[in-house]
Amino acid sequence: MVNLQEVLETNKMVEEQTLDVRTITIGISLLECIDSDLDKLNEKVYNRITTVAKDLDKVAKEIESDYGIPIVNRRISVTPIALIGGAACKKPEDFVTLAHTMDKAAAAVGANLIGGYSALVSKGMTTADELLIRSIPQALCETERVCSSVNLASTKTGINMDAVRLMGDILLQVADRSKDRDSVDCMKLVVFCNAPDDNPFMAGAFHGVTEADAIINVGVSGPGVVKKALEQVRGESFEVLCETIKKTAFKVTRVGQLVAQEASKRLNIPFGIIDLSLAPTPAIGDSVADILCEIGLEYAGAPGTTAALAMLNDQVKKGGVMASSYVGGLSGAFIPVSEDQGMINSVEAGAITLEKLEAMTCVCSVGLDMIAIPGDTPATTISGMIADEMALGMVNQKTTAARLIPVIGKGVGDTVEFGGLFGYAPIMPVNKFSCADFVNRQGRIPAPIHSFKN
Amino acid sequence: MENKVIITVVGKDTVGIIARICTYLAESGVNVLDITQTIVQGFFNMMMIVDINSSSRAFDDIQCDLEKLGDEIGVQIKAQKEDIFNAMHRL
Repeated sequence: MVNLQEVLETNKMVEEQTLDVRTITIGISLLECIDSDLDKLNEKVYNRITTVAKDLDKVAKEIESDYGIPIVNRRISVTPIALIGGAACKKPEDFVTLAHTMDKAAAAVGANLIGGYSALVSKGMTTADELLIRSIPQALCETERVCSSVNLASTKTGINMDAVRLMGDILLQVADRSKDRDSVDCMKLVVFCNAPDDNPFMAGAFHGVTEADAIINVGVSGPGVVKKALEQVRGESFEVLCETIKKTAFKVTRVGQLVAQEASKRLNIPFGIIDLSLAPTPAIGDSVADILCEIGLEYAGAPGTTAALAMLNDQVKKGGVMASSYVGGLSGAFIPVSEDQGMINSVEAGAITLEKLEAMTCVCSVGLDMIAIPGDTPATTISGMIADEMALGMVNQKTTAARLIPVIGKGVGDTVEFGGLFGYAPIMPVNKFSCADFVNRQGRIPAPIHSFKN
Repeated sequence: MENKVIITVVGKDTVGIIARICTYLAESGVNVLDITQTIVQGFFNMMMIVDINSSSRAFDDIQCDLEKLGDEIGVQIKAQKEDIFNAMHRL
């Protein structure tokens, strides 16, 4: 039987160390909705989402109350819309109608965000893919809950540089459309290399074509819990440090596993995966950068940061894998800038640069995340930054991503406010030298030699 | 089948905390299986394992009632299903 100390430990994690389940995400396949008539397609998509996810909010609330564990977000991911709308959409505006439908459906079932306004173009773009990509600025500007992602590269196919070049331009258009709100819509757009089919986290969640009709994916969190546990082992050896992280990750993941199983049972939708990511929020004590400091760095970004992060990421996985029957998604430590107070402190202290963040993305789960850059950054430079991040993922056979926010009308030294869970960010300087001639070449970068395993 | 719930009480120690909670539980048909308590620096920490299977009230009503009772006594009372603690601390 459980004892008092264990009960108090669990409740302290929730009450004082911001342990929560970050999201229950229902993945919904929309393949059955495909229709060449745009109105019919929209109607089918709306009905499908609101039918499958109708009890999402109710069930999440029940689980919160039964176990006393907060579930911060309820989310939906759908099949990449470029695939769903291809038969019906003849111009970018046609795709935008689907974004409105997704937005309405998400609102109707009480989902905070809906992902899957996406295209998978790692090798080439179909006409529908390109139309969808060109519709992203309008779609994100006119909707509230819709998130968009584009997979630009993979280890198996290489990097689609035509799409990389296009995305630099698209990102600036998204920024421009929301320039009176600090280009905030860029938060809802992310580009990937090796995008996972079962990621529950936004903005990159979509329901891959390899998935079943519907699936429950759960993202756990808990940087605060890891930080607190590490406070107890200051000055101890790496062995003790690693053991502590592993044990803590195990406990956190077990909560996620329980929530996922319950949600799956109560919604009558199969359980997909737990995503083990350490996802920070701007709340004090809920920071991945603070864990790095607790490990022994003055600031995140100091020499040794990449090694410390590599170790942290690995131990989180080792602890979490045994705690869940299925692990997937991104599963690692997120290092967004604006959503992590410790990371913001590092930027303000001048301890961390974009180049160091890029190095860190080689060993963490995602990539350049929630980074505000000057609004006058050329599209080709943004494409160059994206290409670099894609190359890291391609060569290292891992997922990488870029979620950059060029803030129109602002420059280095300014700060942008995103509000709520998204926090604020000081604008970071970008290397001024041009890569235009590189980015403007046509075609794609071939897959690396180690992808030829057949 | 048992339906186990963990009730935790945290707050400033005072006379009659257990008595009032147990009175409520008895009236609601909730069976107490185990009680542990300690006092750390004047703070009262108690955990009860109870079975609500034959209770006359639903779990969420019990949660609400206990929270209100806690407000009256000046302590925090929480009721959670046991599974979360088993999941985290038991293999």
